[in-house]
Amino acid sequence: MKILLSWLNDYGDFADPTDDAAVARLADALTSLGLEVDAVETIGDTVGGVITARVLELVEHADAANVQRVYVDAGGGERLHVWCGADNIAVDDIVPLATIGTEMPNGMTIERRGILGIDSEGMLCSPRELGLGDDHSGIMILPAEVPVGVPYGAALGLAPDVMIDVDVTRNRPDCWGYVGIARDLAANLGTEFRPPRPQVGIEGEPMTTPVEIIDGDRCARFTSTVMSGVEVKPAADWMARRLTAAGMRPINNVVDVSNYVMLELNQPNHAYDLDTLGGGGFRVRLAATGEALITLDGERRTFTAADLLICDANDVPIGVGGVMGGLDSEISDATTTVALEMAWFSIVGIGQTVTRTNLRSEASARFERGVDPHGMPNAILRFAELLRETCPDLVVHAGGADERTPHLPPAERSVDVRIDAVNRLLGTDLTADALPAMLDPIGYTVSGTGDVRTVALPSWRLDSTEEVDVIEEVARHYGYGRLGTTVPKSVVHGGLTIRQQRRRLVRDVLLGLGVSEAMPNPFLAPGTLAKAGLAVDAITISNPLVTEESVLRTSLRPGLLQAIAYNESHRSTGVRLFEVGHVYPPSDGELPAEYEALTVVLAGEEAPAAVAVWRELSTALGVGARIDQERVPAGLHATRSATLQAGKQPLGAVGEVAPDVLAAFGVDERVAIVEVDLDQLLEREPKPAQWRPTSRHPSSDLDLAFALPTTIPAERLDRAIRQGAGPLLVDLALFDVYRGDRVGADRRSLAYRLRLQATDRSLTDADVADVRRGVEAAATKLGAELRS
Amino acid sequence: MIPDIISAIRAAEQTALDDISGATTLDDVVALRTRLSGKKGELAGLKKRLGSIESIDDKKAAGQAVNEAMAAVDTALDARRAELHAHALAERVEAERIDLTEYVRPSSRGHAHLVTQAWERLEDVFVGMGFRVAEGPEVETDWHNFEALNMPIGHPARGEWDTLFVDHVPPGGQPGTTVLRTHTSPVQIRTMLDEEPPIYIIAPGRVFRRDTPDATHMPVFHQIEGLVIDRGITMADLAGTIEVFTQAYFGPGFHSRLRPSYFPFTEPSAEFDIQRPNGEWIELGGSGMVHPNVLRAGGLDPEVWSGFAFGFGIDRMAKERHGIEDLREMYADDIRFIEQF
Repeated sequence: MKILLSWLNDYGDFADPTDDAAVARLADALTSLGLEVDAVETIGDTVGGVITARVLELVEHADAANVQRVYVDAGGGERLHVWCGADNIAVDDIVPLATIGTEMPNGMTIERRGILGIDSEGMLCSPRELGLGDDHSGIMILPAEVPVGVPYGAALGLAPDVMIDVDVTRNRPDCWGYVGIARDLAANLGTEFRPPRPQVGIEGEPMTTPVEIIDGDRCARFTSTVMSGVEVKPAADWMARRLTAAGMRPINNVVDVSNYVMLELNQPNHAYDLDTLGGGGFRVRLAATGEALITLDGERRTFTAADLLICDANDVPIGVGGVMGGLDSEISDATTTVALEMAWFSIVGIGQTVTRTNLRSEASARFERGVDPHGMPNAILRFAELLRETCPDLVVHAGGADERTPHLPPAERSVDVRIDAVNRLLGTDLTADALPAMLDPIGYTVSGTGDVRTVALPSWRLDSTEEVDVIEEVARHYGYGRLGTTVPKSVVHGGLTIRQQRRRLVRDVLLGLGVSEAMPNPFLAPGTLAKAGLAVDAITISNPLVTEESVLRTSLRPGLLQAIAYNESHRSTGVRLFEVGHVYPPSDGELPAEYEALTVVLAGEEAPAAVAVWRELSTALGVGARIDQERVPAGLHATRSATLQAGKQPLGAVGEVAPDVLAAFGVDERVAIVEVDLDQLLEREPKPAQWRPTSRHPSSDLDLAFALPTTIPAERLDRAIRQGAGPLLVDLALFDVYRGDRVGADRRSLAYRLRLQATDRSLTDADVADVRRGVEAAATKLGAELRS
Repeated sequence: MIPDIISAIRAAEQTALDDISGATTLDDVVALRTRLSGKKGELAGLKKRLGSIESIDDKKAAGQAVNEAMAAVDTALDARRAELHAHALAERVEAERIDLTEYVRPSSRGHAHLVTQAWERLEDVFVGMGFRVAEGPEVETDWHNFEALNMPIGHPARGEWDTLFVDHVPPGGQPGTTVLRTHTSPVQIRTMLDEEPPIYIIAPGRVFRRDTPDATHMPVFHQIEGLVIDRGITMADLAGTIEVFTQAYFGPGFHSRLRPSYFPFTEPSAEFDIQRPNGEWIELGGSGMVHPNVLRAGGLDPEVWSGFAFGFGIDRMAKERHGIEDLREMYADDIRFIEQF
């Protein structure tokens, strides 16, 4: 809501627009009330050195097609010559002349400058050049009666003013009108509040426009008041200026007064020409599906049974209830009698119509937030009072219609407020006697005695319904800044859960391994999952911004592959990335089978690099898994990948991404990959490692090489050796892999170093020989042959 | 006779000392020690001859001379050994000289995402203030995301959240009732339903809005939310908690203020602003006393329990800390960006 300070000052002495400090204090007061000031803009400043001048003569120059020579009288008695590029001026027009030396708002200084050797004694100005709006179509033409040779600002009655842009929250519908803001401010600043008290009587003979409300849940009140003696013409200058400043184009006195009353009292209204109002009355009903109306903006609109129409008594639609009038029912120059509609529409219903038709107006914005359902009588008289300024013969007729339905919020609402509850929530030490001073000025009238007071809720604050709503008003007018700062005395201790600690450990391990963290978009394009070799079953967004981001990921793999492709395209190869994030596979449950996943991708690296990363994670987190190459997850390299099997449950996968998947993602490098279900990894907290004594006795190393078929995984030989060696084995390391003629086709040799040690004695040759025999036996059983 | 033997001792000593100072390796010193101070050495031979001196005084004088000579030789041997040892060490060290600036390899450290860095810093501050960290699903029910937060179906404020809906339909439920959570506030409800007060939690997490990406908005971003429910919690406790957080996170020169605002799930509601040491105010987030309807939705009696909640954006904290002009950069996963932080 944009507030013109000079206008606001009609309702209280708030601040002098030329006093910057006072304006700043006012802005602070608004913000402290919850009416956040987004911007304060000074307007109406005039440009010094620009004076009024009368056009004396226009002369074209043969050599200058785009400019003409203008002679003006600037009051000094001499003919001044200026060049001018505009052609909208005529002899005797009064125009603004920027004299030599004037500094224009755009920073330019007017100098004596010549064209074709003929000097210009200044510049004629467009409205935009003077900072008066956006019009730059020609020179500004001033009213004919303006004197010549005086500052244009004084001639036009321009005065410096301030426009305050206030961000009105949804719970303050009253502040969509000047009076609402003024009421809050006056209460806060302790200044006099002067709401309009219209001095108009209802003196005309009764003239009734019958009103029939069919759908009373959508329109709960409809008043229609007849006013005759209307003379349609331009509104008063002051009103037109204020409306212009508010961003509304002045139309005529009736429409302008209508808008003015809306801005002032937050009461949207509509004046119909009674002579053209079919049947001389109104019917308010839901539209028939497909029913159409051309609205004031010239658009033909079709409605459904969810939209509310205002119809004339002949049931012909003349407006969209609470949103916009119809084009045909507009006030014309011939209008002499109007039927003034002021109504109250249901908040939810207006919202539905606005959302469905995408038709918005100043009126609908207000009804959507909640207009005062009982403010009409005052607003009707205010309308009459303002219109009478330009229509002295205006008569307000008795017998106005005021139809109400049971859906109208009651005029009298009240709630009991316990001072204990106030203090309990705010941490204050107020007495109940302090309440009236804070609440009465904003229309929350306090009555009763004792610790529980009855507070009448103002009809313009429909958001207020219960005790806590009143407590908030107390807090606002007491001042949030005065509430004090304490810290709760908690007996709870803070900390991260085991899961959160282990998640941090995962990150620390990966960062230490030189892997960086990425956060790709969790929304995928249709087809991306298939491209990654994954199941295509996924949840989709019903209202995506773009189709390319409409599928909820079921795996972190596609996002990371896209990240690698992106980096490759910027000549960054060999990137090592991980992501810790949620994936959202579909489920039959209340919510998707969402879980937290970890994926690591190592561009330009092969499967063993991924295994190495997994081993580090596995060791750090104390969670082991079998590398099962028999089962290769979809989308991974068939001979270089494995499922990570923890017991009977798959924990994830390790290996390389399949070449066809890489090609589909436009990735040129090989990509080693680890994929883990973090839910499993983080929740399995291992028992603390238990101490094993380190031996003080010497150790012996035993090197053994085995030849075995390539079909037997090294992991199995590894296990056989451990089992065959028995308790003396303290460390086992594979130190050489050999393939070649000496072991034969489809076989390879694996050489291990076994470190043997006893905790209680030095080893003998017999001990070592025993181990060797045991290992050989276990290996042979597996199909491995000990090489000598 | 006496002068003869003494001069022989002196001569032997001098020869030995000359040999020692002529030694150039540690092996020379070892060999000299064997030769000079061993039993077959010249001085040892002279010592043996002392027995043949008859005069006690002469014997004593010669004995003293030979002992002195042998001690001098031992000292010289030790000194020479130490000297040569130091020299050899110095030579080796010199021979191993490396230009350390020649050895340049790119850093291999991984870099955490900026959101994670800010997220963990925030967690650490709040954990220090006695909060636990709570989490919840990112795909939520309409009930948790809106209804339980005092926004029943049809509530006009729902429109302000630009909600993304998904096609998941719960068993026996309606389409259009599953959303990508628009804020972390559903975690408040889940925590209230799962735990008994007192509740002191923060809930950092990923949230979603139907916002076209630009320099300051992303459809997927991160928020952190705080919730305190206990007996006798007041709005002053909210203000005090925000102030403690402000100084702990931003520094001792920073301050905070609350000013009235509106959120459906809190009342009274407040925006909270942070004041930089230079006096400038910055809007940080929203807060307020938990609305009685929200407490009821969480199964708590507002006459017994009260509480406050607050929340703000994590991404913005990272953005401002590092002077990033465009949020989209933070989510491009460009390694050239990631490695800057």
